[in-house]
Amino acid sequence: MSEGKHDHTHVDPGTQAVSRDHSHAMPATAPHLHRHDGHPPGKVLAIEAGARVAIRLEGVCAGYYGRDVLDEVGFTVERGDFVGIIGPNGSGKTTLLKVIAGLLEPQCGSVEVLGAPPGHSRSIGYVPQAESVNWSFPVSVFDVVLMGVYGKLGLFHNPSEADRTAASAALEEVGMREYAGVQIGELSGGQQQRVFVARSLVQDPELLLLDEPIAGVDATSQHAIFTLLEQRQRKGMTIVATTHDLSCVATWFGKVLCLNHHVIAYGSPSEVLTDETLSATFGSHVLVIPEVHAATRSAQH
Amino acid sequence: MDWLTGPLQLEFMQRALFVSVLIGLACSVVGVYVVLRNLSFIGDGIAHASFAGIVIAYLMKLNLYVGGLIVAVITALGIGAVSRRSQVSMDTAIGVLFTATFALGVLLMSRARNYLVDLQDFLFGNVLAVDARDMALVAALTAAVLLIVAMLYKELLFTTFDPLMAQASGIPTAALGNLLLVMLAVTIIVSLQAAGIVLVAALLVTPAATAFQLTNRFGAMMGISAAVGVGSAVVGLYASYYLNAASGSTIVLTATACFFLASLFSPKRRSLLSQVLQTRRRGVRAQPQSAVRAQQ
Repeated sequence: MSEGKHDHTHVDPGTQAVSRDHSHAMPATAPHLHRHDGHPPGKVLAIEAGARVAIRLEGVCAGYYGRDVLDEVGFTVERGDFVGIIGPNGSGKTTLLKVIAGLLEPQCGSVEVLGAPPGHSRSIGYVPQAESVNWSFPVSVFDVVLMGVYGKLGLFHNPSEADRTAASAALEEVGMREYAGVQIGELSGGQQQRVFVARSLVQDPELLLLDEPIAGVDATSQHAIFTLLEQRQRKGMTIVATTHDLSCVATWFGKVLCLNHHVIAYGSPSEVLTDETLSATFGSHVLVIPEVHAATRSAQH
Repeated sequence: MDWLTGPLQLEFMQRALFVSVLIGLACSVVGVYVVLRNLSFIGDGIAHASFAGIVIAYLMKLNLYVGGLIVAVITALGIGAVSRRSQVSMDTAIGVLFTATFALGVLLMSRARNYLVDLQDFLFGNVLAVDARDMALVAALTAAVLLIVAMLYKELLFTTFDPLMAQASGIPTAALGNLLLVMLAVTIIVSLQAAGIVLVAALLVTPAATAFQLTNRFGAMMGISAAVGVGSAVVGLYASYYLNAASGSTIVLTATACFFLASLFSPKRRSLLSQVLQTRRRGVRAQPQSAVRAQQ
């Protein structure tokens, strides 16, 4: 990964290996981090000693064609967290996921993912936004799910019989077994997302990133998707998903990050989902208020 | 059966058939990626840009293919870089730069006093003029292209279908993208012999587009595309012999006929013709979701 234009902030390589090692307590990592000149220090979240960190961002700015979509973004996700990133369209949710996945290099700040710089782990799953997928592509549902093992196989190795069995099992798990031979574009939006989730199950990554997994997805599929993700999270998978559908946030996510170019709030749903933070995130026109604030909602009507 | 075996008594027809079949094979296999990754305009651009290299090599009395290949590979990798960084739309960048390079080739050619016919062969193709060295070159490069596709089949499929997930899970998508562009450049240069700069894009796109309409499987698409590519090469070459016409044009028109036949009889609901009929019959709203997406 080459350096960008700015003087980067880098994580000391000595600390990178530590968070991978589950058996040892992690030393305080804050002293190893130094910030570059362009931004004031002190805004970053405090880093708890001994935390098993999956993702750490500090002072990250990133964007396309020199225009920053993310501005001074910093937060930490611990291993096993289930984090929802909410924010309006164009607030930088997808950009943030791409930075974490190593698909986009930040212009400044430091990023650490699974104890390494982004893009250095094969244990990251990524479910792209439905709009970015070419659904007319000539692949069957089964082929798509089998792609989950491709990253781990390495060059010149073909999927084994065990991999195929795993793909079938994952399709069974998402309730799509009978669609194995169907071309991916013939499914409904919810079914397509379930297939992509099945692919992530086959890949079994340590960190799973999902971009708008429930956009345009019917209630049944939403429930099925979240139930499966929750099961994996209980087994230790770290999951980060973006959404602009607030109705599901309080029910499913352990933590919520409100994003509008910078981090507006980050914490448990009950801490974060207040009228203040939501209007700061979405502007004044929030139409969907989550259930935890049903009282507020009835007062407004 | 004389009409089939007769032309093959001629040595130049044997050579032409050998080269046409290999080119038809290489183009139609690479063409699957060209169609699925929307690279057809890039293919056209590379072909045009390579003309400057061919003319420069001609004026310097160097091997014309080497000259064309160098320029084609540079342009292909240039596009790769531009597509990742530029703010200008790709189509515009290609439209400006490659036609300019082509114009440079035309300028140099027209300045050359001894205006020569063999340069024109590169514009429209003349597969009847191949010699033994050309045959060896085409055979080697076709083998190389097929070998690479076979070895990286899984990775190329993954990055073509879902580049984001592929990259996130550790597949070197940028390197594979560049490799594919270089393969495209090599295939185009090899194919100039048969089709020429103006028609080579059709050899890349038409067989794969035909196959796309007939199957829902990637492997089958590649197989059908190869069959259409090779079949068109054979039929087109015979047609060129009996019609006394340029081989590039007959090969391309044969492939085009396959394409239209495929759209007529495509089992897929989103085929060109059935889409039109469906729209007429039921109105746009009744189209399946996949068809609407496919059009986007």
